[in-house]
Amino acid sequence: MDPAPPPDSPHAGPAAPPAPELLARRRFLSRVSIALSAAAAAVVGVPVVGFLLAPLFRRSPQQWRAVGAADSFKLNETVSVTFEDASPLSWSGVTARTAAWLRHDADGFTAFSVNCTHLGCPVQWLADAQLFLCPCHGGVYNSDGAVAAGPPPRPLPRYPVRVRRGQVEILTSPIPLV
Amino acid sequence: MRRLMAWLDDRTGLISWSKWALEHPVPPRTGWWYVFGSATFLAFLLQVVTGIALATAYVPSAGQAYESLRFISERALMGHFLRGLHYFGASAMVILIGAHVTRTYLMGAYKFPRELNWLSGALLLLLTLALAFTGQLLRWDQTAVWSVIVAAAQAGRVPVIGPELVKLVLAGDTLGGQTLSRFFAFHVFFIPALVFLLVALHLALVLRHGISERPTPGEPVDKATYRRRYAELMAREGVPFWPDAAWRDVVAGAVVVAVVALLALIVGPPALGNPPDPSILHAYPRPDWYFLWYFAVLALTPNHLETIVIVFGPLIFGAILLFMPLFNTGERSVKRRPWAGLVVFFIVFVIAAFWMAGNKAPWSPDFEAQPLAASVVGDTTAAVVRGARLFHDKGCEYCHQIGSQGGKRGPDLSDVATRMTPDAMALKITNGGPDMPPFVSNLSPDELQAIVAFLTTRK
Ligand code: HEC
Repeated sequence: MDPAPPPDSPHAGPAAPPAPELLARRRFLSRVSIALSAAAAAVVGVPVVGFLLAPLFRRSPQQWRAVGAADSFKLNETVSVTFEDASPLSWSGVTARTAAWLRHDADGFTAFSVNCTHLGCPVQWLADAQLFLCPCHGGVYNSDGAVAAGPPPRPLPRYPVRVRRGQVEILTSPIPLV
Repeated sequence: MRRLMAWLDDRTGLISWSKWALEHPVPPRTGWWYVFGSATFLAFLLQVVTGIALATAYVPSAGQAYESLRFISERALMGHFLRGLHYFGASAMVILIGAHVTRTYLMGAYKFPRELNWLSGALLLLLTLALAFTGQLLRWDQTAVWSVIVAAAQAGRVPVIGPELVKLVLAGDTLGGQTLSRFFAFHVFFIPALVFLLVALHLALVLRHGISERPTPGEPVDKATYRRRYAELMAREGVPFWPDAAWRDVVAGAVVVAVVALLALIVGPPALGNPPDPSILHAYPRPDWYFLWYFAVLALTPNHLETIVIVFGPLIFGAILLFMPLFNTGERSVKRRPWAGLVVFFIVFVIAAFWMAGNKAPWSPDFEAQPLAASVVGDTTAAVVRGARLFHDKGCEYCHQIGSQGGKRGPDLSDVATRMTPDAMALKITNGGPDMPPFVSNLSPDELQAIVAFLTTRK
């Protein structure tokens, strides 16, 4: 059922069997053409593929971000704090924000990632029950981030925290999904 | 006019080619089962057209996409309708390609010599799902943002290269300015371009091998004779595709457009959720309906199998699709391949079951649960009233129903006293279970007593 070229097509088939040196010449010409095209494709392809894979090679800088005065966090309370990614792109808008659960207890400050280790959904803190609960599949963590029940495979990840000049600071980090 | 056409055809050959393609003989009595392919293509074209229109106003910037969508939905002329068309067009495309794959599988149309028709179609199915997923993300609201994170978390489960995949999905170390632009580029340029190429290949193959005839039980496909028998059938009974078979495609296409337009007008596009701010923690991410069943799969898989399901599930699904044409000879009729019917029935049943589960999502705690009303508590003893209050405050109600209030993560406790003694309850509450946290350190002895006193009245 192939669409055969119409009979009056200007492309008539090859007339006589070509001479051997002509064949060799054709072989040479096709090899040169293929090699040239491949080189041209590589010249364009390398930057395109490299550009798409760039996130693999770029490491975003880390930065300490102040999230509030140390004495504004009551002892034995866990509250959500928000900080901005290190060097966000100017068009990121609200997506440059990250939240963390900041706990203040006798051992000082602990900053938990909000991302459930099951599938990354944002866990919520139930202050009365002293539990983190995940809205997606019901994962539960204790106040120290240890898994209390449900599907999460690992405890809640933590961000590095420090207190500088009376301010609690969190170190921006890659989103802890793995 | 005639001379103009003749001149055009002489210079381009397009008219006689189209005539040849449109009037190529197709098997007689193909019937309505054969319309899904063209309807899928029509749905895709609908997506291209409505998508281009939306793209003229959509701003693919992480910080502004949400506002531009609000503009499209609320202020732009017919923007609401257009978004609806694009949304229901996507749904139609997913459903129709599913129906088309099912039809070709049931009729054994993937067998010799149409193996590559199947293969290109399988790739088109995967690309359609990719379009559906990326499209859902372009509705750049809170749910979309968390869907990206959930997708990245799944990619992160892949052994060895997990961390790299996470970075590729997010386009960086965290969600940010680059994430959306990439999904946008894939959704509007890259994937559609591949779809166009594969559709061209798919249709060229259809022309090359002809539309499959309806299978006849007892007439297996034999590589040695199939082509000759098909040619004979065409010579004997073949009818021109246009208009003998095509009119059904046109009718089906018109129905698709009408249904999509009606739904877009009456139901409208999904509402925009909260802004895409990852620091708003009151989020209940749910995928659009076509992935809801998979959301349920992830919730219901036993924990130790989870990574295997997340990583190998899609791989196995892809492998089955790709290797199907290896079984390319033998009976085509489903009457002689009863297991093929069973497979389809099983898959549809499983997806439907998971889908319904996903719709209810009983595994998700109910964060909206309000304290139980006095009429539900129904007892005014101080301890019972306190216990009922604690039942809410300590989070029990997020997972347990009483009356018809509360979550469904754990068993309904409306009549728990009929099956548990107070001691057993106290033990359960203290120690928890696989899906219930132990409350040993989070309840004082008298709080525990109050809760048990309350639960003891539930019978
Ligand atoms: C994260 C969700 C969750 C929370 C919060 C929770 N439970 Fe449960 N509960 C469950 C699940 C799931 C089960 C059953 C399976 C198991 O034991 O893991 C269960 C079982 C029970 C049972 C046994 C019921 C039966 O029929 O076997 C009782 C009683 C109970 N819970 C009471 C409570 C009380 C009281 C609280 C609050 C102090 C509470 N639960 C908090 C999820 C939860």
